[in-house]
Amino acid sequence: METFLQFLNDYTLRNVLLGTAWIGVVAGSLGTFAFLRRQSLLGDVISHATLPGIVLAFLVWQRREIGVLMAGAAGTGLLATVLIQVVDARTNIKRDGAMGVALAVFFGVGVLLLSLIQNLPTASQAGLDKFIFGQAAALVQSDVTVLLAAGGVVLVALLLLWRELKIVTFDPDFARAAGFRVTVLEGVIVTLIVVTTVMGLQTVGVILMSAMLIAPAAAARQWTDRLSIMVLVAALVGGASGAAGAVVSAFGPQIPTGPVVVLVLTALVLVSLFLGRKRGLVWHWRRQRRSRKLADPDTVLGALGALESAHAGTVRGHPKAVVRMAVGQSAQIGQALAALREAGLADEHDGDWSLTERGRSEAGRLARDQRD
Amino acid sequence: MSSLEFEILATAMTVSAACAIPGAYLVLRQMSMVADAISHTVLLGIVLAFLVVPLYGHPLMVFGASVMGVVTVLGIDLLKRTGLVREDAAIGITFPALFSLGVLLISLLARDAHLDEHTVFQGDLVYSVFQRLELAGRGYGPMTLWKMAGIFLLNGALALRFHRELKIATFDPVLAATLGISPSLVHFGLVLMTSVTAVGAFDSVGSILVIGFMVVPPVTARLLTDSLARYLGLSVLLGCVCSLGGFWIAKTVNGSVGGSISLVMGAMFLAVLMASPRRGLVADWRRRRRQRVEFAVRMLVIHLFQHRTLGQRTEENHAGHLEAHLGWSAEFSRRITELAEARGLIRRVDTHWLGLTSIGEQQAEQALAG
Repeated sequence: METFLQFLNDYTLRNVLLGTAWIGVVAGSLGTFAFLRRQSLLGDVISHATLPGIVLAFLVWQRREIGVLMAGAAGTGLLATVLIQVVDARTNIKRDGAMGVALAVFFGVGVLLLSLIQNLPTASQAGLDKFIFGQAAALVQSDVTVLLAAGGVVLVALLLLWRELKIVTFDPDFARAAGFRVTVLEGVIVTLIVVTTVMGLQTVGVILMSAMLIAPAAAARQWTDRLSIMVLVAALVGGASGAAGAVVSAFGPQIPTGPVVVLVLTALVLVSLFLGRKRGLVWHWRRQRRSRKLADPDTVLGALGALESAHAGTVRGHPKAVVRMAVGQSAQIGQALAALREAGLADEHDGDWSLTERGRSEAGRLARDQRD
Repeated sequence: MSSLEFEILATAMTVSAACAIPGAYLVLRQMSMVADAISHTVLLGIVLAFLVVPLYGHPLMVFGASVMGVVTVLGIDLLKRTGLVREDAAIGITFPALFSLGVLLISLLARDAHLDEHTVFQGDLVYSVFQRLELAGRGYGPMTLWKMAGIFLLNGALALRFHRELKIATFDPVLAATLGISPSLVHFGLVLMTSVTAVGAFDSVGSILVIGFMVVPPVTARLLTDSLARYLGLSVLLGCVCSLGGFWIAKTVNGSVGGSISLVMGAMFLAVLMASPRRGLVADWRRRRRQRVEFAVRMLVIHLFQHRTLGQRTEENHAGHLEAHLGWSAEFSRRITELAEARGLIRRVDTHWLGLTSIGEQQAEQALAG
């Protein structure tokens, strides 16, 4: 505990903690929209496509302040999304192909530019390639200020345009018919995604930023059907994972922040998939098993009635296995049979089950009900 | 060109040819981003193999990476099948997780080894040719070249041998299943081919640029042809041409070969995107413009037909009225009127009033009837 408090007083850790948690909050909120709009991989493409922008900005302004580099990153990131949009809308190329091309070409050009910088005599590019993997420990106070400002802008835009973004996300056709400027709003969403992605580059890195956008939303989706709550939960999940990553990586200089954040996120996604309200896999399996295994007493009663009327006068009763066959392959009929005996509707003699008088009339009534 | 340069060029071309084969099918099956996922997660396979046998370039690495490719796709399919997340999110969750695990393992366990993310991610064609194949004391050229040539031949042989299966399973999975071709076997066969190729290429071009080598030439070829055979051939050819151009640029500016090839691939894609005779943006734009003009001429003819009973000189068939009635600009009205006149569909009653010719009337009747 004491060491933990020491951590919090530590200048670097405070910056890193604040920075990554904040990125998690912003990415989680905005990622919700990307997730719902099935643009989960857009963040991946954008983050790769920022590399040439970062290097170009550095080449032009010869500075590596985060604001300058973010502007360059946002520029090429946006360009990539425009390319995808055009190719998707106007050609026979499918969306995935357009995304693959944009991602690879922009990143490749970035790699080329990086290699060119390394040839420059004034090779002060030190740390530029850190953007590929991110280096949270390098965050300084001024970086955090920029992050807070950029994230604030994104969140405020989200709140101001809440109604519009909601309609465009869930029912673009209705939005268009209702007179919303759908194309503009879609552009706004993509721009916000670009800004958010760019925010995370220095800390989490190009490659892992896409997970920061999507995973919180995927986890949050399992707990609620309401957009507002989903955004809040996603922000919480993102923020908590960011903070956890920062703290864990503070335990050793060799522990990279980005991967830890992503692994924490993945764990949260898995837990949500299994335990999520209503839709969780565990509940699903349980329901499935129960419905498969436990036969309903009425069903068993009906099956016994059908068996007896088919073999009327030839046999007195039927073994349990035969009854099970009549009910359905994997049905578990033990409890249902016991319940029927309890109710005085069926009885067992030497392992053969047969209906009582009352059971027979009850089965007949059931069969008539079903016919009607 | 020195022999070293020649070897670099030959390696680059072999890599692009080898990548184009699985890439072409990935693009057709809309799995481009799956290729992206695989190219990232091979890192984990490589690291795990490296932890078992700490030898760079050991066959176990290829094995580990290939298995990881299959694991990635299995993970994506599994997530998708829960019905709780869609395919895009399934991909976006699976590969960063496996990739993060790889990076973390490198950082924690293999830091001092000759293995780091940068080698895996960026690769370097120039360095890769320094690893030589030596047998019984004699040198036989760069290892990577041999490796990629082997993978190219393997991919090519498999694609030829299973041409029919790949084709049917890609375009009609139901028919494939009916014919006894297992679509999922084809699916995972392709995934395996992609993984092996990606891991083979990572030390020369880096695992992210691999996706460019796999996806960009086929996507470009797709804009140029609808024939499967031509598409496959063109994918390989375009990949090789880009490698040639990229190599030349890299040599001129003294930069990354892989990056330069990506640049050329991007430029080629943009050029074809613009200028492809049938699928290009220019052709698309011209087609749209032509359709707009054709539609306008028909509108004009129908408009005049509707108002033919009103007498010869009313407001409705005044040439200047079209702007207000049909919402056309003055310039556009003039162009359409002239075009219709030149086609003999309309005639001028005098300078300002328009009427239909008998051909025009026929066309209007047809249009209204149809």
